[in-house]
Order: sequence, then structure tokens, then C-alpha cells
Amino acid sequence: MAIQVPALEARDLSVTVNLRDGGQATVVDHIDFEIGAGGSLGLVGESGSGKTMTSLAIMRLLPRSVNVESGQVLLAGEDLLKLDEGHMRRRRGSRIAMILQDPMTALDPSFTIRSQLAEPMRQHRHLSGKALEEAMVSALEQVHLPAPKRILDAYPHQLSGGMRQRVTSAIALAGNPSVLIADEPTTALDVTTQARYLQLLEELQQTHGFALLLVTHDLLIVKQVCTRLVVMYGGRVAEIGTVDEIFEAPQHPYTRALLGAIPVIGDDVHLESIEGQAPDLRDQSPGCNFAPRCKFARDVCRTSNPALTTRGEDHAARCWGTEPGGWITE
Amino acid sequence: MPALPIATLVTMVMLAILAGFITPYDPVKQDLIHHLLPPVWAGGTAAHPLGTDSFGRDVLSRLLFGARVSLSVALLSLIIATFLGTTVGLLSGYLGGNVDSILMRFVDMILALPTLLIALAVAIALGPSFTNILLIIGLMIWPRTARLIRAETMLLKKQEFTRYARAIGVPGWRIVLRHVLPNVLPTLLVAVTLEIGHVILVEASLSFLGAGIPPPQPSWGVMIADGRALIATGWWIALFPGLAIMITVISCNVLGDWLRDRFDPKFKEI
Repeated sequence: MAIQVPALEARDLSVTVNLRDGGQATVVDHIDFEIGAGGSLGLVGESGSGKTMTSLAIMRLLPRSVNVESGQVLLAGEDLLKLDEGHMRRRRGSRIAMILQDPMTALDPSFTIRSQLAEPMRQHRHLSGKALEEAMVSALEQVHLPAPKRILDAYPHQLSGGMRQRVTSAIALAGNPSVLIADEPTTALDVTTQARYLQLLEELQQTHGFALLLVTHDLLIVKQVCTRLVVMYGGRVAEIGTVDEIFEAPQHPYTRALLGAIPVIGDDVHLESIEGQAPDLRDQSPGCNFAPRCKFARDVCRTSNPALTTRGEDHAARCWGTEPGGWITE
Repeated sequence: MPALPIATLVTMVMLAILAGFITPYDPVKQDLIHHLLPPVWAGGTAAHPLGTDSFGRDVLSRLLFGARVSLSVALLSLIIATFLGTTVGLLSGYLGGNVDSILMRFVDMILALPTLLIALAVAIALGPSFTNILLIIGLMIWPRTARLIRAETMLLKKQEFTRYARAIGVPGWRIVLRHVLPNVLPTLLVAVTLEIGHVILVEASLSFLGAGIPPPQPSWGVMIADGRALIATGWWIALFPGLAIMITVISCNVLGDWLRDRFDPKFKEI
């Protein structure tokens, strides 16, 4: 049997921002993760944790002042960071695609859905005429939009938010990518629409077989859709592993705090909030970057940064206190 | 309803085109015996319904032939300015960085030049002619369009739909032509219609200073300039071209606003 190459792999990826005062801040700090073909990985973190920068770095769509400092992004074994812009452009949409946050503005207001859906199909699959028409109708059917022919002739403002997000997904998948990055795809949707959209995402993943990188701040969404999970804090991987294991036995105090902040209906338990603020990324202190907010922190946490250590079969975390012989117990 | 401004503009253009059939007089031919005749309702004769100027030239004829000159100068110089301005604006706004800095410093430089003085200098250096004046006006006013289009492009570039187009592998030139340009068209259209009045006035100023349309060729600007000295006694010489400019500009503005609403897909029937 041949060795399985992961659909997407980030190796030792670091991203820095050039600051106005001439300094640099590391927003993504040597992160590693991989997604197997057809797998799904949730990338979770609060605002400023570097999750969006990670996904933009993978797509090579970082803003001008933000640069990849080191590392590799391997798409089926091929390093995207080494491609020239023309080749990278051809990968986007056909091999790796992205769904953005806001479905309200993700579609061009001046054109019908038809012309916007046709664009990637012509570009990547070279369809035209009747074949193109049929492909467009079936693409809209796949995302469960009723009356696809009428929707093709509609303008974006004539559709609801949920419908637009479905159209956006159809456009993203039009080139049959093997990896789909969804950056907060449900943030702008209301809760019921959100639930239906997540179902659709799972279903599309099964029919298309793409590997999914779901970027979100909501652990419950990850639990519903993904099998594996990366928790990012201040640009570093705090914890990585299977969703089941992390929900069962979280090893990083930050993950625990996040899980403690999830409300359970009918439960009287007081929701814990995390004291303090997200770390200043310019801060170059040698310790664990969560230490200032961690109620278990000891001197060692403030003087040296723990390594990501194995905690289970597919589970690793970066914390002195929960390592074997550590002082944090339940 | 834009029926009135459209009708006015169409009439204006038709009158300009058909000038030679409407009036029997040569607009540059002097007839000193019949000089300074007032309009027909102010004691003039039916032979010269809008009166004559100080050289006895028929004001109506000059107005109609002047429309030809003024409208074609406005149209052609706006085509030059719009093309240049849009191209520079799109490039500058979409590419950003050094391209943007260089192009915008160039734009700043042109905007810092006093339009009339430069136009005057160039016109005198090259000699006044129809071609020169429309080139001068076209090359002096494009920076305003460029700035406007640049600002709009920068906004559109940050919109999700252009970022999204990049995320699914649409080439940059295609994003500019297909997703940025169509979305700046409404703004461009309104800006261009508003610019018409400005262009007509620049042409008039240049003509007045002797650096525009070489006399005795009529243009609305030349006529107003001719009438200035006689504004107390021969008011009709400057009044009618003035009215013509006003009506044209108002019609263009009303039409521009209507077009903007029309082009915005949000206003389309569902």
C-alpha cells in the first residue's frame, strides 16, 4: 500500500506582520497540522489568535504587510509557497478553494448568479453552452436551492443570507477542489440557518470528498462538523487532536476554559469566563503565552515555553502543568 | 422621468448637427449695416430672431454652430479624460503599492498645476486649434476621474466578492474588468455628466483668453466672451449662449442622476 499523502499539510508555518513602527509581530508561530484526504479539521481560536491569517497564508492571499516567515504549505505534497503567482492562481478554485465569512458581500452585486457561477466553471472545467448550463443547475441542486433556474437569473440582493451562502459554496466547489477552507462560514447567519448550512457542509463533504479546514471560534460547530481539532492561542498551537479526545480530556487550560464557557441548556452551572485579554503578539517573553491569564501558572510557565507533547494516540498539547508529573489535576 | 432632459439634449445635438439647414446665415460672415440688432421681441427684425452682435453676425446662427463646437470639444475631451482617468484609477487602486504611489504623485502634480495657465501656455506654444484645445482639456482634467476611480477601486478591492474571486482563482485582470469596472460605472457615469459643465466652462475660459477656439469660429464660450464688453447694451449676445450652457449642464446632471439609479441593480424590479 502506498503511503497516504495528506490533502493539506502546514509544516512549521510562521507568519509575521510588519508594523508601522518598523517592528514585527508574529501572528502565526511555527504551527504544524495536516488534514487527510476527505478529512475535516477545525481551527479554533479567539480573535487575534492567527486562525484567519493561517488560512490566508495557505491560500496565499495575505495582505501586503503580512508575510510568511518560514515553513511549508503542502497541497497533496506540493509546496504552495514555492509556486509562482500564475500557478498558484490556477490551483485556487480547482485544487483548493475558500469560503469567506460574509455571504452578504461575497457576491458581485452587479451580476446575476448565472454569470458568477459560470466564471469558475469556464475557468477551471472549460465548460460552455449546454454542458455549462446543466452543470450550473446541478451545482445549485447540490446545495439544495429550490428552483435553480430562477436563482440563476437572480441578482444577489434578491436572495436571503442563507441562500447566498449556499450559492457561495456552489461557486467555491465549482472547480471540484480537493481542499475547502471555510473561514467562519456561519458567523453572519442566524442560528437556524447556521444549523442547516452546517448540515449541508457535511453532506457536500461526503459527496465531493474534499478535505475541510473549518476556521471558527465556536467549538460546538467544530464538534458537529469536524473529526479533528486545532486550538490556537496567540499564534501558537495550544492543543491538537481528535475532537472526541479533546472534548473528553482537554489538556490545555485554555481549551478547558473554552469548553467551560459553552452553555448547556437546562444546566445551572455558572459559565466560566477567561480573565484578561488576548496576548500582545509583539511580546517576546520566553514563557508560555497563556501564562498571564492562566490560573494554574507557576514560575516555570513564565520563564520557558512548553513544547507540544503527546497526550494520546492523536492528541498533543502545550502545557507544563498537564504533562506527566504536572501539577494540574482535574 | 428623464424624458425632459433626454429630449433637451437630443434637441441640442440635432440642432448642432442640422445647424446649416436651420439658419441661412454664415456664422462668421460680418454684416456691419445690421450690427447690434436686438432680438425680435425686443424691437429687432424677424430676419435675425435672436439679434446680431457688434459685427452684425446672426446670434442664432452662431449659437447653433457654436453648439457644434462646444459639444464636440466637451465630448471628445471627456472621452480622452475618462479613458485615461479610468485606466490610471483602476491600475492604481487595484495594484496599490509602488504603482499606486508613482501614479498618484503624478496625479497630484497635475492637480497642483493651474489648469488655465498651463492650458494657456501650451495653447500659445502649439497655436490655438480645435485639436489642441480638446487634447489640452482632456489631458488636464483626467486626474480628477483617476482619483475618483482609484478610491472606488480600493473600496471594491476590499469587498468580499473581489477577494472571493481571487480565492477561486480568477485572474487579476479579469477581476478588474469584470468585477471592479462594472461596479464603478455608475459613479463614473455621474462624474462624467457632472464634468460636462466643467469642460464647457474651461473651453469658454480658454476661448475667452484667445487660447481656445480661434476666432471668428463660434463656440458658446467665444460668444459669451464677445458679449462681455457689451453686456449693458447688447445683453442678448452673451445671454443666449449662457442659457444654452445652463440648459445643457442641468439636463446632463438630471440625466446622470437618473442613470445612476437605473444602473444600480438594487433598484431593479424583482
